[in-house]
Amino acid sequence: MSAFLDISHIDMTFPTPKGEFTALKDVNLQIKKGEFISLIGHSGCGKSTVLNVVAGLHQATSGGVILNKKEVKQPGPERAVVFQNHSLLPWLSAYQNVELAVKQVFGNSKSKAETKEWIEHNLKLVHMDHAMDKRPDEISGGMKQRVGIARALAMEPEVLLMDEPFGALDALTRAHMQDSLMEIQNELNNTVIMITHDVDEAVLLSDKIVMMTNGPAATVGEILEVNLPRPRNRLALAEDSEYNRLRSAVLTFLYEKQRKVEVIPTAAKTEAKNSEDDSAAASA
Amino acid sequence: MTDSTSLTFKSTSTNPRFEAAYSWSKQIFKTLTLPAVGIAVFLVLWSASSMNIKTSLGQFPGPVAVAQQFGTLYDEHMESREKEQKFYERLEKRNAAKLAKDPNYQAKQRKYTGKETFVDQIGTSLITVMSGFLLAAAIAIPLGIWMGLSTTLNAALNPIVQLFKPVSPLAWLPLVTMVVSAMYVSDDPWVAKSFLNSMLTVTLCSLWPMVINTAQGVSTIDDDLVNVSKVLRLSPLTHVRKIVLPASIPMIFTGMRLSLGVAWMVLIAAEMLAQNPGLGKFVWDEFQNGSSQSLARIMAAVVVIGFIGFLLDKGMQKLQAWVSWDK
Repeated sequence: MSAFLDISHIDMTFPTPKGEFTALKDVNLQIKKGEFISLIGHSGCGKSTVLNVVAGLHQATSGGVILNKKEVKQPGPERAVVFQNHSLLPWLSAYQNVELAVKQVFGNSKSKAETKEWIEHNLKLVHMDHAMDKRPDEISGGMKQRVGIARALAMEPEVLLMDEPFGALDALTRAHMQDSLMEIQNELNNTVIMITHDVDEAVLLSDKIVMMTNGPAATVGEILEVNLPRPRNRLALAEDSEYNRLRSAVLTFLYEKQRKVEVIPTAAKTEAKNSEDDSAAASA
Repeated sequence: MTDSTSLTFKSTSTNPRFEAAYSWSKQIFKTLTLPAVGIAVFLVLWSASSMNIKTSLGQFPGPVAVAQQFGTLYDEHMESREKEQKFYERLEKRNAAKLAKDPNYQAKQRKYTGKETFVDQIGTSLITVMSGFLLAAAIAIPLGIWMGLSTTLNAALNPIVQLFKPVSPLAWLPLVTMVVSAMYVSDDPWVAKSFLNSMLTVTLCSLWPMVINTAQGVSTIDDDLVNVSKVLRLSPLTHVRKIVLPASIPMIFTGMRLSLGVAWMVLIAAEMLAQNPGLGKFVWDEFQNGSSQSLARIMAAVVVIGFIGFLLDKGMQKLQAWVSWDK
């Protein structure tokens, strides 16, 4: 049986003034219907590029994506994206933001009353029904992200793509949002690809964690199956040995196998300056 | 030392009423007193220096002479209105009398042809500038949106925009005049040629800031919002209507504000040369007239021109605040 979503041997190269830059090399990933996948890796490893290729916002240099037996060639609402910076239209209220998506996707197939009900249903799902008429600049970052999720869910996508959806939120809000997302996932059982930097988040939410190697020419390093029973509770899991095994497996991958040496420019500069001072002192 | 400072600090901070009154009076001082002082100093300097300037038309007018002229100009306007009313009354009476004699008489409707007063000319100037400005906006905003969306079109048109942007209205006017008199031939013209000349000159000069700002606003829309549009597969028209236009409204209005400022400046120059009834023509006529009152009347016009320009800008600013979402 072929996979529901087949990311098949994707290469991605970008032209740069210094020649071609290979961002992704032979990324291969098969996802079943209803699976929750996390993509984790160091920044700059091309996680977002993978997501954008699946979304259709980027075209792979070679290889391709097949969703439900159809090749992905352009963006579309059946692959709804939750963007990192919420990407709500700032001049529309929460309701109107969701409405734009619902009207575009369902058009005339829903009556006026059904449209209204569907928008309100989705806002209720993310607990935003109390602030439907607020504009993005009137609500907090977490609330904006909730509306962004409601907008994506309202499109009834075949696969939900989330690009570090909680990356810009504070820890408490993030935990709240993760719980909400698990609750929604419990109800809707969507197919989800989520990019994250957060190891706990990946283990808590996912069915599979896809760990990517460092770029350039990044690819899938290891895939970790998370077989923790659902519903999951973050407090109970903190003591769970399987949870901790998975967590350390991801940490080992990130910080031992794919250890990334970050060059901090200011530190490097002061060091260089120090050595200059040393040589100056030596010559004196 | 430290004790006394902390004491004074306490005494002010524990008295919120005093503090509120203090900050309020400070506010008044800043927003009312200082501008009033500025204006007073300016009037004194003007008055003093005007006494030392002798021109062939007599002494340069000081503030008092100009203020008197405002009164005169208003009186002239009221007088002219009265004359106009009397003219129409007479006309009606005559027509009624003729109609009584001969029931088949076709009543003649003559128009009053008295000289335009200063107030009329303000009205004409406002109509001309708004017509020219609106025509420019109708061309510039769609063009700017198109240029902002298409890097190809932007690259093609940008040199032309940059070339025409700094051109003075005085250079356009002769060309516009000749083209209008060649193309606009009609026995029963809808509008006067002089009106068309100054209006089109205003349009030509006020196009560019709107084109540039609109294109800039459209091309710098957040990529995320464009991606939202792509994921939703909005049609090009819906994309422009739902995403591009609202997103660039603030920049479009910045361009419109700049353009309206340019339009008002250009209009006065254009009216002087095109002899379109309006404030520019008023200034020119007074200059040609050369009476002892002329300079004071021109100075009055200068004050009015400045004040209307200020009001137009304020109005545009209010409109911008009203339609913009990024307050």
